[in-house]
Amino acid sequence: MPSKLLWVVGAILLTLLLVGCGKDLPQNTFNPAGPTAQSEKDVLIVPLIIAGIVFVGVEGGILFLALKFRHRKGKERMPSQLHGNTRLELGWTVAPAVLLAVVMVPAISLIWKLAQRPPDAMQVTVQGYQWWWGFQYTDADMAVDYGDHGPITTADVMVIPAGRTIDLSLRSEGGGAHSTDGTPDHQVIHSFWAPRLFGKQDVVPGAAGEGNHIVFSAWEPGIYWGQCAEFCGLEHAMMKFRIVALNPTDWANWVQARKQPSSTPAPGSDAEKGMQIFFGTGQEGQGMGQCIACHSIGGTSAVSTAAPNLSDFGNPSHPCFAGCDFDTFVPGPDGQLQPNYAALQAWLEDPNAVKLGAKMPDYNLSQQQIQYLMAYLYSLS
Amino acid sequence: MATITLTPQKGILRRPMATTGFWSWFTTVDHKKIGIMYGLSSFLFFVLGGCEALLIRSQLAKPSNTLLNADQYNQIFTMHGVTMIFLFVMPMSAAFFNYLIPLMIGARDVAFPRLNALSFWVFLLGALFLNSSWFLGGAPDGGWFAYAPNSTTDPGNGLTFYALGLLITGIASTVGAINLAVTVINMRAPGMSLFRMPPFVWMGLVVQFLLAFSLPIITVALFQLLFDRRWDTAFFDPTRGGEPLLWQHMFWLFGHPEVYILILPAFGIFSEILPVFARKPLFGYQFVVFSGIAIGFIGFGVWAHHMFAAGLGPVANTAFGISTAIIAVPTGVKIFNWMGTLYGGDLHLDSPMLFALGGIAMFVIGGLSGVTHSIVPSDYQQTDTYYIVAHFHYVLFGGAIFAIFGAAYYWWPKVFGRMLPEKWGKVQFWILLIGFNLTFAPMHILGLGGMIRREYTYPAALGLTVWNQVSSVGAFTIALSVLLFIIMVIRTQLKPAGLENEDPWDARTLEWTTSCPPPVYNFEEIPTVHSLDEFWHRKYAEDESGRLVRVPAGGSGEDHHSDGHPIHLPSPSFWPLVVSFGFPMLGYGVLYYAWWLVAAGALVIVVGLTGWALEPSVAE
Repeated sequence: MPSKLLWVVGAILLTLLLVGCGKDLPQNTFNPAGPTAQSEKDVLIVPLIIAGIVFVGVEGGILFLALKFRHRKGKERMPSQLHGNTRLELGWTVAPAVLLAVVMVPAISLIWKLAQRPPDAMQVTVQGYQWWWGFQYTDADMAVDYGDHGPITTADVMVIPAGRTIDLSLRSEGGGAHSTDGTPDHQVIHSFWAPRLFGKQDVVPGAAGEGNHIVFSAWEPGIYWGQCAEFCGLEHAMMKFRIVALNPTDWANWVQARKQPSSTPAPGSDAEKGMQIFFGTGQEGQGMGQCIACHSIGGTSAVSTAAPNLSDFGNPSHPCFAGCDFDTFVPGPDGQLQPNYAALQAWLEDPNAVKLGAKMPDYNLSQQQIQYLMAYLYSLS
Repeated sequence: MATITLTPQKGILRRPMATTGFWSWFTTVDHKKIGIMYGLSSFLFFVLGGCEALLIRSQLAKPSNTLLNADQYNQIFTMHGVTMIFLFVMPMSAAFFNYLIPLMIGARDVAFPRLNALSFWVFLLGALFLNSSWFLGGAPDGGWFAYAPNSTTDPGNGLTFYALGLLITGIASTVGAINLAVTVINMRAPGMSLFRMPPFVWMGLVVQFLLAFSLPIITVALFQLLFDRRWDTAFFDPTRGGEPLLWQHMFWLFGHPEVYILILPAFGIFSEILPVFARKPLFGYQFVVFSGIAIGFIGFGVWAHHMFAAGLGPVANTAFGISTAIIAVPTGVKIFNWMGTLYGGDLHLDSPMLFALGGIAMFVIGGLSGVTHSIVPSDYQQTDTYYIVAHFHYVLFGGAIFAIFGAAYYWWPKVFGRMLPEKWGKVQFWILLIGFNLTFAPMHILGLGGMIRREYTYPAALGLTVWNQVSSVGAFTIALSVLLFIIMVIRTQLKPAGLENEDPWDARTLEWTTSCPPPVYNFEEIPTVHSLDEFWHRKYAEDESGRLVRVPAGGSGEDHHSDGHPIHLPSPSFWPLVVSFGFPMLGYGVLYYAWWLVAAGALVIVVGLTGWALEPSVAE
């Protein structure tokens, strides 16, 4: 029977091994894509090896003792009544203490290293809402060229230059009054986490000073997954985000595009009709225009920050929406990325059917209106 | 033969007299009956919490599943945690403490028998109050940790039920803690010095102190939560000068000692079962006891390791990283001493022993993953992921629940005068061990692979579907094991009571010196204790060569000469039950702003306590 235990133990070890090999998992903490996650993984390796040795020693010891000293039928034996051994006790008190002291040294030094904020890092403010993420690029050279010359702002997706060190300021936002059930968007605790780039830090409302920080960078261009890790209410699971790291050329182009007002649709196009619905202007806008109460679009009169910024909704560098509840671009039959009209249509028909508790109400849009709005949103770039 | 004398009283404050029959259970103050009621009700909550776990694992068995929506899932995972911690492991520990501590220290009952009844009834009604939320607009849905300000702003009544329900069950735990602590300190039989107490009693004593010191903290926090939710105070509201992290500090300042409240009884159980089935004394008894006390103290100094990612700063993270590493030392001491107990023993691998060995083996895994949390920077990655879920299930399921099953097999003949079937017990153990590892071992991978806790669904693209499926299969394997246990219990209890051997395990401690089940007065004569493992030393003595030989029955040890003198026992009382009904009335009154109900509840408590104070003591 105890051989079964051995199998179980073997299975555990094998599976732990497999994690290290799961390179393609988008949130694998053991497949770091930047120095912060790398250091957080490396500092665990020695403790894990020691834990593995202790594991084999103790579990093997229990198994060995249980088998060696097991009672055999018909053999009455009274074991010697051993009460203890002070030397052994001291040994197995002091030895683990020393071992722990040794493994704690690199861990503690890394705590302090990770807390440092390099002065030349790019500053981004991360805003946690119920239940999506906003990003503001607060460096002076990241202000837009229109309106109030405020910071470039995105939602659900943070675009960064690969290789550059980023310093995130984490803030919990709230107070958006617009909702289906009258409950306001509360300031609650979130936690910002992109496993392949950095370990999590909580986003605490009202935290003194600028709140918590994360310093990180991505080695290579790519799309990195992340999500809120602290339970923050109903749709905590659907509070995901993507970090898109670009090469220097793409990054320069992206910044340039973001500094400009969003594109305006051609007159007479479906997209223009969608714009009229969005802003409540023109023929299609009769009785509409609720969108601008919460959303903003760069260089337009839509400036509210209660809901995600839609300025680059139609840009493939912006791959997901609504807390990354759905991908805005999916591969078509030819393998090329194309707009995910099905998902956006379902969202516009009834946001709460897609994401229970989403603050956006169902506006009872007609299919025609939805088509126009989708054309407009995907024209934004 | 000893007799119990109970003379009926006259008048309105007459005490109930029946000590047998259905209604006697409502008025009993017998620690054994109260222990059985604690055990039965907490087991029912174990089944309920288990069903919630099965729903969780069913929902997560495939990606983007729609079996449960976000709202339902949040309620279910919250209540799974609340139920397993507050309504199962804590009261189940209380069940064993209640039943066994007086018997193990040679007492006739606990120090305050009526308070003991009050503890149980308040616990049961508080638990039912909490679960009534399912039918009254939705259960708590903010996690068992109820982080503010999500918990203060969350709509609905769920988290108000949480605050009130835990305040009520907290009364039960506080009252019980004081009662049992006084019992251990004051009620020990002659000769039962502190260092002759069985390790289970020692761990019980430590746990009662942990409860007494940690519950006031959560009580204050729960009142603040209640006031924030109900009367718009701003303890945790950052927009009005409140501090969200205050809740976390207070919750974990209670919550970490709570972990040891849950696990130390298991350590006590392991320390009782191992020597009996190894047929040799506990290795390093004093070290096992002192390490338990050390864990109790250090347990109050590690709370912020639940908050490494909260931004307390590098100084706090360093300090709590170190204290978290330190608490591994006394825990390791216990494990090494248990291994020392096995060494050279004659190990009878009966069901209780299998559960104890399996429990220790599983706890070691949880302990080791716990040490990795003290590596603070890597905890930034692990915290709030399934890695943590794996860790604390290895500790609390692997430790506490294996111990509870082991204890059930071990003490079943003592409590019910019947043996649970040995063969099926072993079968149940192996199913549980396999199911347990299938369920929780993959969670290490899920966590390190980036799956967060408390999410009602995950996308297939996360790449972790297979491990979720393995875990779900494991959960139903555990359910099969528990079902087998229930069937065994029912079949066993349907058989007539009666043991061929009233000392079936050749045990070492005082509770086995009396009959199975024990008489209402426990011991005909209060035993006089001469050593640790008193019962063992009455049975065995050393011969000339230092080897143990069985003492002929009646040849040595205590000689009992009952002279038929009366035994003073506390009479039953219905006042504890009356008083306990006041608390849920207060709760519902506050919930629904029904001030008449609040007043009525307060009246019930005042009248109940008055009746309690004025009722006559036992018969003259």
